[in-house]
Amino acid sequence: MITAPLLEIAVLVLGMVILMIEAFAAKIDKRLLAFAGIIGLAIILFATFFVVPSPSPSNATGFWSFYTADRLAIFFKQFALLTTMVVLVMVIDYAPVVSKWLPGAAPQTGLGEFVALPLFACAGLMYLVSAIDFIFIFVALELVSISFYVLVSFTRRNPTTLEAGTKYLILSALSAAFLVYGIAWIFGATGQTNLYRLAAALANAGGDSAAALLGIVFVLVALGFKIAAVPFQIWVPDVYQGAPTPVTAYLSVASKAAGFVVLIRVLQPFMNLPQTERLIFVIALLTLIYGNLAALPQTNLKRLLAYSSIAHAGYLLIGVVCFDVRAIIFYLVAYLVMTLLSFAVLIIVAQKTGEEISDFDGLAKRSPFLAFAMLIGMVSLAGLPFTAGFLGKFYIFYAAVLQREIALVVVGVITVGCGFYYYLKVVRAMYWQSDSRTDAIPVNSLSRVTISALIVATIWLGVYPQPILDALKH
Amino acid sequence: MVLFTIFCPIVAAVLILVGAPARKTALAASVLTFAAALFLFVSLDHASGDFQHVRSFSISPEWRLNFATGVDSLSAIMVLLASIVTLAAVWFTGRIEKFENAFYACLLLISAGAIGAFASIDLFFFYAFHELALIPTFLLIGIWGNGNRVAAAWKITIYLAIGSFILLIGLILLYQSFPLPSRSFDIRVLRTAAAMGQIAPDAQRHVYLLLLIGFGILISLFPFHTWAPEAYAAAPAPAAMLHAGVLKKFGLYGLLRLAIPMLPEGARHWATLLVVLLLGNIIYVGLVTIAQKRLDWMLGYSSVMHMGYIFLGIASFGVLGVTGAVVLMFAHGLSIALLFGIAGELRRRTGTLAFDELGGLARVMPFAGLAFGIGAFAAIGLPGFANFAGEIMIFFGAFRNGWEIGQFHIFQIATVLALWGVVLSTVYMLRAYRITFMGSIREQWQKLPDLSPMLRVPVTLLVAALLCFGFCPQFFVRSVAPAFGTFLSANSDTQTSSQVAMRRLQTAKPGREHAPQKRGYSMR
Repeated sequence: MITAPLLEIAVLVLGMVILMIEAFAAKIDKRLLAFAGIIGLAIILFATFFVVPSPSPSNATGFWSFYTADRLAIFFKQFALLTTMVVLVMVIDYAPVVSKWLPGAAPQTGLGEFVALPLFACAGLMYLVSAIDFIFIFVALELVSISFYVLVSFTRRNPTTLEAGTKYLILSALSAAFLVYGIAWIFGATGQTNLYRLAAALANAGGDSAAALLGIVFVLVALGFKIAAVPFQIWVPDVYQGAPTPVTAYLSVASKAAGFVVLIRVLQPFMNLPQTERLIFVIALLTLIYGNLAALPQTNLKRLLAYSSIAHAGYLLIGVVCFDVRAIIFYLVAYLVMTLLSFAVLIIVAQKTGEEISDFDGLAKRSPFLAFAMLIGMVSLAGLPFTAGFLGKFYIFYAAVLQREIALVVVGVITVGCGFYYYLKVVRAMYWQSDSRTDAIPVNSLSRVTISALIVATIWLGVYPQPILDALKH
Repeated sequence: MVLFTIFCPIVAAVLILVGAPARKTALAASVLTFAAALFLFVSLDHASGDFQHVRSFSISPEWRLNFATGVDSLSAIMVLLASIVTLAAVWFTGRIEKFENAFYACLLLISAGAIGAFASIDLFFFYAFHELALIPTFLLIGIWGNGNRVAAAWKITIYLAIGSFILLIGLILLYQSFPLPSRSFDIRVLRTAAAMGQIAPDAQRHVYLLLLIGFGILISLFPFHTWAPEAYAAAPAPAAMLHAGVLKKFGLYGLLRLAIPMLPEGARHWATLLVVLLLGNIIYVGLVTIAQKRLDWMLGYSSVMHMGYIFLGIASFGVLGVTGAVVLMFAHGLSIALLFGIAGELRRRTGTLAFDELGGLARVMPFAGLAFGIGAFAAIGLPGFANFAGEIMIFFGAFRNGWEIGQFHIFQIATVLALWGVVLSTVYMLRAYRITFMGSIREQWQKLPDLSPMLRVPVTLLVAALLCFGFCPQFFVRSVAPAFGTFLSANSDTQTSSQVAMRRLQTAKPGREHAPQKRGYSMR
C-alpha cells in the first residue's frame, strides 16, 4: 500500500527527471517530455486510489499534525493531477508559441522547463490541500506561487507576458506578506498554528477573540488574492490575458481550487464567529457583482474568461457563506471541466486567428468540432441544464435558499442573467457571424481526445452527478 | 412510449447534425412523434387522473432524484399539442439557404424540450427539459431571423434565462418547504404530501410568488411580456410557431401542475395581484395589439394577450375555469401556430409584413386567405372552434367561482373587463384580415402563387384539430376535469357554483354522459 506523502514525492521526482532530460538531452523532440509527464501523472493518479488513510488529524502528532490525507485531500490531489495532465496536453499545443517567444540555439530550448514547472506547481497544490497547519500552508503556497512566477512570465520576450509576470510577482508577494502577518496574529492570540488545535483554543478563549479575528482577516486577504475575490482581483484580468494560455488555464483552475480548499480548512475554526460570516458575505456579494458586470463589455476571450473566473469565485463564495462543502467541491469540479474545455479550444483557435471574440467568427463553418466544444463549454459556464455548470449552480443555490441568504440569491440570479449575455456572445460569434477565412483548423489527435473527454465529462456530470457526490461523502 | 416521444426528436436532431437528409428525417421523426402522442392520448385511462406509462431511472438516490417520465390527461394533451405543432412547423419549413441541417435540428430540439418538460414527473427534469430549448431558440432567431434579429435574440434569451433561474429558486424553495421525510423531486410524492397539508401557508405564499414571477416571465405575463412580440416577429415562422404555440405553454402547464395541487393558499393570497396583471395582459396589451402596423408584431402581441384569458382560468381556481384554461391552451397553441405559419408564407412570398404594403392577397392566394381567416376566427373565439369552448368555460368559471375580497367580487369585475377583450381581439384580427387579404391588390403581388398542395396538409391538420375539439370539447373536459377535481375540492366542503355552471354547460350540450360530481373551491 501507498502512504499519501509518497504521491507528492513522486510528482517532484518526475519533475526533476524531466528537468534533467531537458538539460542533458538536447537532441530529442521536447514535446516527448510532455508526453512523459502526462503518462507519469496518470500513473500517480492511478496510485491515489490505493492510498491508506492517515491517522485522524485532531489528535495526530509529528508529521501528521502538519499533513493530513483525508478524503477531501485525496480528492483534491486527484483534481490537481488531472488538471495538470490537461494542462500538459495544452502545453503540447502551445509549444510553437513558446518557441516563438523564447530565444535559444535550438528551436525548442526551454520547452522542457515549461513542462517541469507545472509539475512542481502540482506538487505544491497537492501539499496545499493536505496542509492542516498554518506553517505548512504557507510553505506549500510559496512552492505553488514561485512556480507560477516563472510560468506566468515564461514567454519573456513578449511584453504583455512580462507585464503580467511583474504584476503577479509583486501582488502575490504582497499577499504572502499578509498571510504571514495574519498567521503571526493568530499564533499570538491562541498559541497554535495547527488548525484543529486552533479550533479548540478558540472555543476555550470564550468571548475574547479580537486578535485572532484580526489575524483571520489578514489571512482572508491573502486567500482572497489566490481565489480572485473582490477587492483582491485587480491583478486577474491583466495576468490572465498576458500569461501563456496553458498557464492561464492552470492558474484559473488549480490555483483557485487550492485556494478554496485552504479557505474551507482555515475557516472551519472561525466559521462559528458571526463576524467572519458577515465579512465573507460582503466579499461574495462584491465578487458576484464585479465579476459579472465587468465581464459584460469584454471583447477579448482570455480577458472574458478572467472576469468569468472572478464571477465563478463569487458563486463559490456563496457556498462558503453557507459553508456547504460538498456544493463548493462539486462546483469546483464542474468549473474544472468546463474551464479547461474552453481554454483547450481557445489555445488551438487562437494560434490560427487570435484571442479576440471576433476571431471566433464563423468557427462553426470552419471547424464544427471545435465550435461545438466551445458551445458546450460556454453553455456550461452560463449554467444550462444537462451540463455540469448547471448542477454546480443548483447545489450552490440550494444551499443558499436553505440558509435563507436572500440577498445572495437575488444578486446571484441577476448575475446569472449577465452571464448568459457574455457567454453567449462567444456562441454568437461562432454560429451567427460569418468570416472570410473558411479553411479548417487542424486539431491533433491527443487534443481531440482530450477535448472529447472534457465534453463528455461536462455532460456526464450534468446528467449523472452521483459518482462525484459519492466520492465526497464523509 | 413516453420515452419515445421525448427521444425520437432528439435522436433525429443528432442524426441530422451528423449528416442525415434534414427535411426527410425531421418529417419522419415528427410524424412518428405525433403518432406516438396520439396513441398515448387515446390509450390513456382518463378516469384515473394518475400518471400512467411511468418509467423511472434513479439518478441520485441521495437527493431522491429520478429520471421519471409518465403522462396523465393534462400532460398527454400537452404532448399531443406539442407533437401536432412540431409536425406543422417542420412541414412549414421551406428551403433554408444556410445551415439547413442545423435549422431542423434546432426545431426538433425545441420540440423535444417541450415534450420532455410536459412528460416529466420529476421536478428537476421538468425544469431542465424546458431549458433545453433555450439555445436552439437563440440560434434560430440569431441565424435565420429577420428584422431586428440581434436585439430580439438577446432579449428573449436573457429574459428567459432570468425567468427560469427565478423559477429554479422557486422550485428549490418548494422542495425545501416540505418536511424532510417527504422531500422528493417526484411530483406525485410532493402532491400527496401537499394534499396532507405539509406546506405551511406562509411558505406557500413565498413559493407561489416566485413561481408566478418565474413562470410569468416565461408565459409573457404583463409586465414581463415585452420580449415576446419582438422575438416572434424576428423569429423564422417555424420557430415562432413552436415557441408561441408550445413552449410558452410550459409556464402555464407548470402553474397547473404545481401551483394548483400544492399551493392553494398561495394562489388565494396572490389572486388579486394576478387578476390585475392578467387584466394588463388582456386590456393593455389588447389595445397595444390594435395599434400594431405589422402583421408579425400584431400576431406576437395577440398571443401575449390571449395568455391573459388562460391566467384568468387558472386564477379562478375552480374546476370549470381551470379546465377551460387547459382547453384554451391547446386551442391557442393550434390557432397561433396556424396564423404564424401563414404569416411566414406571406413573408416568404412578399418579403414584407407591413400592413400598408399588403392588401387584396385573398384574390391571388385564396387558400391562404381562407386558412388565415379560420385561424383569426378561432383566435377571436368564434363558436365551433376549440378556443370558444375554452374561453366560455373560463368566463363562466371565473364569474361564478371566484371569491369575494371584502364586499368586492374581484373575479366578476375581471370577467366583465376580460369579456371586452374579446371585442378588442375581434377588432385587431378582423382589421388585420381586411388589410392583408381584402381590398385592392398591389401591382407587384398580382403574380403571387397560393400555398402549394404540400403546404395545405399541415394547415388542414391544424384546422381539423381546432374544429374537432371545438365541436367536442367534452372529450377534453371529461378527461381533464377529474384530475383537478381532487385538488380543487380539497379545501372546501361546500358545493359551489362551479359545479352549477359546469352542469349548465353540460345540459347545453345534450347527449353527454354525466361527468362525475366535482366540488369547487370557495373561500366563503
